[in-house]
Amino acid sequence: MADVPKPKELVKIRHSPPFLTGWMNTPTEIKQGIACYAGKPKNLEYVGLPNPREWSPFDADWKLPPNWKKIILDGLRERLEKFRSLKIFMDICVRCGACADKCHFFIGGGDPKNMPVLRAELLRSVYRKEYTTAGKIMGAFAGARELTEDVLKEWWSYFFQCTECRRCSVFCPYGIDTAEITIIGRELLNLIGLNTDWISAPVANCYRTGNHLGIQPHAYKDMIDFFLDDIEDITGIRLEPSFNRKGAEILFITPSGDVFADPGTYTCMGYLMLFHYLESMGLDITWSTYASEGGNFGYFTSHEMAKRLNAKMYAEAKRLGVRWILGGECGHMWRVVNQYMDTFNGPADFLEEPVSPITGTKFENAKSTKMVHIIEFTADLIKNNKLKLDPSRNDNLKITFHDSCNPARGMGLLDEPRYVIQNTCKYFYEMPENTIREQTFCCGSGAGLNAGEDMELRMRGGMPRANAVKYVHEKYDVNMLATICAIDRAVLPDLMKYWVPEVDVTGVHELVANALILEGEKKRTTDLRGEPLPGMEDMDEEEGAEQTEGAEA
Amino acid sequence: MYDGVKIIIGIIIFLVLLLFPAWYQVGKAAKVPDPKLAEKALKAEQCVEPKLFMKTQHMKLLDEWRDEVVRSADRYYQSSSGKTYYKSLQVTCMDCHSSKKEFCDQCHDYLGVVPYCWDCHIEPKENG
Amino acid sequence: MNFILGILFSIVVVSILVFIPWIGVWAWDLRFVFGVIVPYAAIAIFIMGILYRVIGWARSPVPFRIPTTAGQQKSLAWIKPNRIDNPSNAFGVIIRMAFEVLLFRSLFRNTSLEFRQGNRITYEWEKWLWVAALAFHYSFLVVVLRHLRFFTEPIPAFVHWIENLDGFLEMGIAPFSGFSLPGILISGFVLLAALTYLFLRRLYISQTRYISLPADYFPLFLIIGIATTGVLMRYMGAFMQFIFGADWFSVPVVNVKELAMGLVTFHPVIPEDIGTIFYIHLFLVSILLAYFPFSKLMHMGGIFLSPTRNLSNNNRMVRHVNPWDYPVKTHTYEEYEDEFREKMVEAGLPVEKISEESAEDKTGSSEEAEKE
Repeated sequence: MADVPKPKELVKIRHSPPFLTGWMNTPTEIKQGIACYAGKPKNLEYVGLPNPREWSPFDADWKLPPNWKKIILDGLRERLEKFRSLKIFMDICVRCGACADKCHFFIGGGDPKNMPVLRAELLRSVYRKEYTTAGKIMGAFAGARELTEDVLKEWWSYFFQCTECRRCSVFCPYGIDTAEITIIGRELLNLIGLNTDWISAPVANCYRTGNHLGIQPHAYKDMIDFFLDDIEDITGIRLEPSFNRKGAEILFITPSGDVFADPGTYTCMGYLMLFHYLESMGLDITWSTYASEGGNFGYFTSHEMAKRLNAKMYAEAKRLGVRWILGGECGHMWRVVNQYMDTFNGPADFLEEPVSPITGTKFENAKSTKMVHIIEFTADLIKNNKLKLDPSRNDNLKITFHDSCNPARGMGLLDEPRYVIQNTCKYFYEMPENTIREQTFCCGSGAGLNAGEDMELRMRGGMPRANAVKYVHEKYDVNMLATICAIDRAVLPDLMKYWVPEVDVTGVHELVANALILEGEKKRTTDLRGEPLPGMEDMDEEEGAEQTEGAEA
Repeated sequence: MYDGVKIIIGIIIFLVLLLFPAWYQVGKAAKVPDPKLAEKALKAEQCVEPKLFMKTQHMKLLDEWRDEVVRSADRYYQSSSGKTYYKSLQVTCMDCHSSKKEFCDQCHDYLGVVPYCWDCHIEPKENG
Repeated sequence: MNFILGILFSIVVVSILVFIPWIGVWAWDLRFVFGVIVPYAAIAIFIMGILYRVIGWARSPVPFRIPTTAGQQKSLAWIKPNRIDNPSNAFGVIIRMAFEVLLFRSLFRNTSLEFRQGNRITYEWEKWLWVAALAFHYSFLVVVLRHLRFFTEPIPAFVHWIENLDGFLEMGIAPFSGFSLPGILISGFVLLAALTYLFLRRLYISQTRYISLPADYFPLFLIIGIATTGVLMRYMGAFMQFIFGADWFSVPVVNVKELAMGLVTFHPVIPEDIGTIFYIHLFLVSILLAYFPFSKLMHMGGIFLSPTRNLSNNNRMVRHVNPWDYPVKTHTYEEYEDEFREKMVEAGLPVEKISEESAEDKTGSSEEAEKE
């Protein structure tokens, strides 16, 4: 991993592009710390992606197939015929520049090719050369250029420096969506085997084992069992979740990151405790080891791969004979579920319109896709007074909420999480309005960029988010950043450690479970992380030590 | 999903709006302006200035005359032809161009111009 | 290619476009070419070009429903949805599109990044682009509608209203001594001012300077050329006369209307006395029309078709169908169980098929049990 510059170094950013050199004449450099490693051949082979080979983006020779140019141009033509979005976005940009300073990578890095408009121009310039008369005749004067190997490398570099967060699309007067351009750009690159390891490995894993991390069924169950031990230590209650159970009413699918790494694991414990609480009230829910991934790194590869991985959700729901699907806290998972799943793999006519078994609420907004977000589900429970909550257990937390890009701009899940947080925590503070809700800033590591080798890119891209967190930290002493995205939970701790070390990261259902009073639980002394609850700090040290040990086990 | 019907409706609306001048004109005989010179004007052969100048600049000339007369009591205009004219819409101009309807209005109506001469001056009474 | 080259190129092209009719009419008297043939050709290219482009877009489907949601979704009954920025039905979409097309709502959100080294990122009020964009588009629209007085007879009432509104500033000839007309029409000057601002901001803001192409400067200069020739004809004749002793700017508008009406009624005529400057004006307009369909100016049509704006966010309520959807290879549960069956059984996870090995184990153990 390349050394990441210190924050003091990193903030020296120049936002002015070169004065006299035009962008087409500015060569692209593939840099350590910014670029991800290349996909490994075995992963490409496993799912049948083209041109599997050992290669490195830092080498001069990318080992392209001899007819790569034809493949790309044919692929572009095909996609122009398949996606009206692409055609329109290629044609109508007026380069007003409204998007330029809206991208977190441009703000945090200053690389002008990270301005959304220019990222799109990388593709547009080739489109003009190939498909417009002016471009063919006038070349650079019409903003057109030949597709060369350098251009291809530039594409690869910048389409893997975009997190598909859609912030620019909110500000564009024509709604030009860079995410759409990046998605299709990556799809083209994948036609000749240009990808990143951090995306192709999870794709292969997910295809085989059902989840990105490659957790096999027995291990998945073991990991949940660890959580059950922890929960038993904290609450004195042994939960009994079920897996792959036929005939359950609801199938629960969450990103596998939640069973794998802190602090997502605490969120996962939160789901388990909530489900246990609701069992006696009529909740009949099962987990699946086959559909054990909510996220979809296929979506960062191609539409086809997204569909291939997404298919497991409905397939498993059908096999188990459940009535509807409940989905965990995740970002791009919900972009896919909300805007693609029904089209990809529907119609889900074997499922029923989701109804909460506890409150009887019909989730009419999910009547076709038949998948409900757990935040919607929990907000409905709280609204109907179905949860006994003790928010004072979260009194040591001063919370702010990070809207994740995809639920915000690909769905509009904005008020539900806030409602849940405000009913489970006393102290809640919003970040400045230009950094939340539909204008929220990306964590800087989404869309498959959450690798280790591109840490500098991630710290740069996350800077605007961190800056807003720092603001509320300084103003309100905020010490906890809540979020409803598994990638956020995986990457924001690094970001916070780098920019605002005083702030930690949590999922919303961790907060719910902390506040939730389970029937027959023992007096809780620690939160799910094994840290003393407010007012319990003076607890007998031995007991405290024991608790902490328990949580770590 | 193509939304073909909506797009075709959109195109039709666009074309209808764009071609408004063409279909608006159908069946209407375009009235060509025909400013009639009264006999006295015909006899004079030339106006205060040459014809093209009068066509394009009379409004400015009148505006200047008004200001000079009202503000400076400057009553006489030296024409480029050397002649001197009394600056007056009613006394000089209307002396030759005696019919507002048959002279002034012809072009003004054609071009949708509403001069404010008659805000102050009294319109000449004309027969039917 | 850099901005200097881009600007120079555009200036040269627009200059050539000014000289073509200048020479053509003034030196060679090709009035019929520039007064009739070119405008007809231009409008034909304009219409056919736009149809070609829009139909070209329409031939590609919208495979997925991907609105950019810029507000609260419609979910639980007690949560107030944002019906405009996150529409869940056609009505919301119509309102959203109307705001977008008529008021440039997304552009209104614009802010400008202020980066204080190492300290804090702030987002400053920045509405100038929005103001200039509105000023440009609406003044251009008013100018175009005002010109209907040349293309209709009798002139419809709304044209009078627009002109009255546009001309409410009755400045007389003073203080702009030399202005040919007592009344001025604001739209033309707003148009020029907005164009000037839009050009200057492209130069001044380092980011837009970097991304701007000749295709961005050229239409600006072209429209500046159109507006300038219009202003010269309308206002500057007497000034010209005063300075040079000859008026090449003023044109007899009655004759101009005769030409325009000839075009509209398909009985083209070339009236006399119309100066070269008018043919320059007309030629630049013709170029703009012919250039329009093949340029970024097509954003006029494209905005209506933008899938992130013109779709409702009702994805989970109403299934969206992808016309080119095709079956894909997936990893089925059976394949999955076949690979992991042993481990699943061992971990106590339910399986569909009992494998031979574990089945044998079971039989074995039951036999053992029987023995016991």
